[in-house]
Amino acid sequence: MGLSHVSPTSTTFGPPQQESWVATRLDFLVNWSRSKSLWPMPFGTACCAIEFMATAATRFDLARFGMERMSFSPRQADVLICAGRVPFKLAPVLRRIWQQMPQPKWAISMGACASSGGMFDNYAVVQGIDTIIPVDVYVPGCPPRPEGLLYGIMMLQEKVMREKMSDNTIRNEMEPDPESGLYIPASRIDELSEPFGNSVQQTRSGL
Amino acid sequence: MATTTRTVEVALGTAGVDADGRAVRTPMTLTENGNVTTLEPPAMGVAPELEGEHMLINIGPQHPATHGVLRLVLELDGETVVRCIPHIGYLHCGFEKIGEYRQYNQIIPWTDREDYLNSIGNNVAFSIGAERLFGVDVPPRCTVLRVIAMELSRIISHLVWLGTTCIDLGAFTPFLWSFQERENVYNLLESWVGARLTTSATRVGGMAADIPEGWTDQLRHFIRTFPKTVDECDRMLTKNGIWVGRTTALGVMSADEAINYGLSGPMLRASGVAYDVRKDFPYLDYETYDFDVPVGSNGDVYDRFLVRVEELRQSTRILAQAVDRLPDGPVNSSDHRVILPPKSRAMSDMESMIHHFKQVMEGPRPPIGEVYVPVESPKGEKGYYFVSDGTAKPVRWRIRPPSYVNLSAISKMVEGHLLSDVIAINASIDIVMGEIDR
Amino acid sequence: MTAPFSPVLPGSANPGASAPATPRNVPQRGGEANPSAAAIAAKFGKLFVRSEVIWGETNVYIQASGVSEIVRWLHDDSTQQYDYLSDVTAVEFRDPEQPLEVVWHLRSLPFRRFLRLKVSLDKRAPLVVDSVWPIYKGADWLERECFDMFGIKFTGHPDLRRILMWESYREGYPLRKDFPLRGRFSRAEQLRQALSITTEGRYSMEELSVAQAFEDLPEDMRRRLAGGERTGE
Repeated sequence: MGLSHVSPTSTTFGPPQQESWVATRLDFLVNWSRSKSLWPMPFGTACCAIEFMATAATRFDLARFGMERMSFSPRQADVLICAGRVPFKLAPVLRRIWQQMPQPKWAISMGACASSGGMFDNYAVVQGIDTIIPVDVYVPGCPPRPEGLLYGIMMLQEKVMREKMSDNTIRNEMEPDPESGLYIPASRIDELSEPFGNSVQQTRSGL
Repeated sequence: MATTTRTVEVALGTAGVDADGRAVRTPMTLTENGNVTTLEPPAMGVAPELEGEHMLINIGPQHPATHGVLRLVLELDGETVVRCIPHIGYLHCGFEKIGEYRQYNQIIPWTDREDYLNSIGNNVAFSIGAERLFGVDVPPRCTVLRVIAMELSRIISHLVWLGTTCIDLGAFTPFLWSFQERENVYNLLESWVGARLTTSATRVGGMAADIPEGWTDQLRHFIRTFPKTVDECDRMLTKNGIWVGRTTALGVMSADEAINYGLSGPMLRASGVAYDVRKDFPYLDYETYDFDVPVGSNGDVYDRFLVRVEELRQSTRILAQAVDRLPDGPVNSSDHRVILPPKSRAMSDMESMIHHFKQVMEGPRPPIGEVYVPVESPKGEKGYYFVSDGTAKPVRWRIRPPSYVNLSAISKMVEGHLLSDVIAINASIDIVMGEIDR
Repeated sequence: MTAPFSPVLPGSANPGASAPATPRNVPQRGGEANPSAAAIAAKFGKLFVRSEVIWGETNVYIQASGVSEIVRWLHDDSTQQYDYLSDVTAVEFRDPEQPLEVVWHLRSLPFRRFLRLKVSLDKRAPLVVDSVWPIYKGADWLERECFDMFGIKFTGHPDLRRILMWESYREGYPLRKDFPLRGRFSRAEQLRQALSITTEGRYSMEELSVAQAFEDLPEDMRRRLAGGERTGE
């Protein structure tokens, strides 16, 4: 032990690295241009997709966030907005679409079903898309009001503004296990997917 | 580390043309690991086998124009579709299975999410069926409110259809107009039940809530202003050369074929069959309302468009009649074995307290039996088939999905048409994957 | 100029009948039966098991062997004219002793009638019943869904594959009562199996011969595919 073992670039001990003024201004410029023109890739499946369309329509207007250019091709998109429930049959499609998006990319999980499986705790639905792809912002609601989605988008914009170019882990692509296709451990997936809270007591049969 | 490089050079110039004037593409050299092999070009006069090759194109499941997660695999001969194989199931969420584990009133939120463009209409359809199964009647005020709910639902569903079809065929503005009108209906629904989209507005034996004060005035205002938008869309599209050119003679289904394929709703009526569940197997006193059923003559995409636009007008007509005849009175059934008694009574009256307790803890229990009550949803004949074994949870809850049966005809409708017509035909079926896949 | 258009009007075979109205005071049992029930009993004798009227709807129970014949007669006969197939589904009861019922909802547009046909299948025997696809094209996907959810095989169906679940789905038939709500495998295992579906695995019926699902296809379909026959979709 002893301080001689601590490398100067270690993040565990010592004060945070001081960024130079140029680097912070560059960070700001890059993050500002990214966050103010996030092109969404609407992976809309169900009811949340209708609320997403309503958010893009005239009353709630996504255009003021620079997001009116929906990119249905993942190759040109920045944000994957997964709006709606994702059954297991759709899981490889979602994974493939995520992998086709080039970095920098973010994911918004819109609605209860995308975030946790929602009310569909059964054999067919993925219990949260974070078991398949890494998610940045979760927007709860069933479906979330357009204002709720806008709040989630603004939260993502703040997250993007906080990014630093010097952080070289931030743009790491997730590496799923080649054999099983899972990118988080199986036990963690089972833990996340367990029914929780009041949901199993609603019908007094435990199901 | 040895790497293999393989380069194939293909002649792209018009070094040779075949008898039809098409450039002959011949690989000139093949370089493998630095060893160059010269390939013999095929003998001149042999046309490349391009006509025999059909192309397989995959549309979806993630696609802006498939109206949900639908996957169409098309076998194309140039631009013409030879075969279409639809793949569904990408939104299968086990609704019918879950229905067997929930009490009747607990299933109502699932009916919202299943055909999510017709949420409140599904709620009403469910309640009508469940009430037949339970053998309860609802007061007249509830009946009229349900008619209002169904017609509002029909309007918003047709508006989504209109908006998305226009946007698929390239007309962006009607999308914004129809979604703006939907916001007006959402305001109405929100002030009534509290939710815009997933309303859960009915209960077995009544409604979740009565309409608030001033709601009928809001509705009358909507009835007054809505026809202007319909007229605007009509003016823009009906006699528009591009629109007519893109939609006529497409996806034609004759009347006999349409009946045999089990089509329903505007799909069937556009083919010339005047089957509307509201007229032929009425419910909610629809026989007492004065409205017409538009029927098309050609069974193509244009006719389906005309039928749906006319249905928007007829729905407004029904709404006007319903709001004028809305009676006062209670909105829930007086049979408190099925629906919760008012809270004041539950707190003071022993019998009501017991009813409340039993319903909350166990749920209302119907007698043993089965029932299928179809309604006219915007997509077609929708019905919930309940089988009860006397317990609080159904043994079987089957959703008869109109879009599912309508979509199965797409392989037939699309053959022989061009690729861009596939999108138009798909849009004209008015599918909603939530209902198809359940 | 084409011939003048006349729409197909429901109720055309019964012009004297009163206009349809919302049913009121429907009795739970008894009540007026659909005349087709008596007609089936009269014509098909042994194949007719029983009929009952519940909540105004007539249910006719028939033998499984008679499905094709009876449905064909109901469709073709001029006094029945059941030209519209509304639904094909199945019901499994919670009581394990009760057989599985396959249900057909038939509608006669010319007569404005609705009939429910039922067949009871013993769960201990293979679940096989005739397909009505040769009569109603709309039965195509409805029967595929029954197969997918219950495992009932419909003989004579052109393309009996899973439709809602993916073709290599291994957990079983979801709507059976012995299938748990959350499936048989753990969530991670379900996810693992789902992620290993090759999405381009089956583009066309011909290519099904090379895809994983070939082994799970029904025997006659495999033979036909191997022989290069194009099966209808």
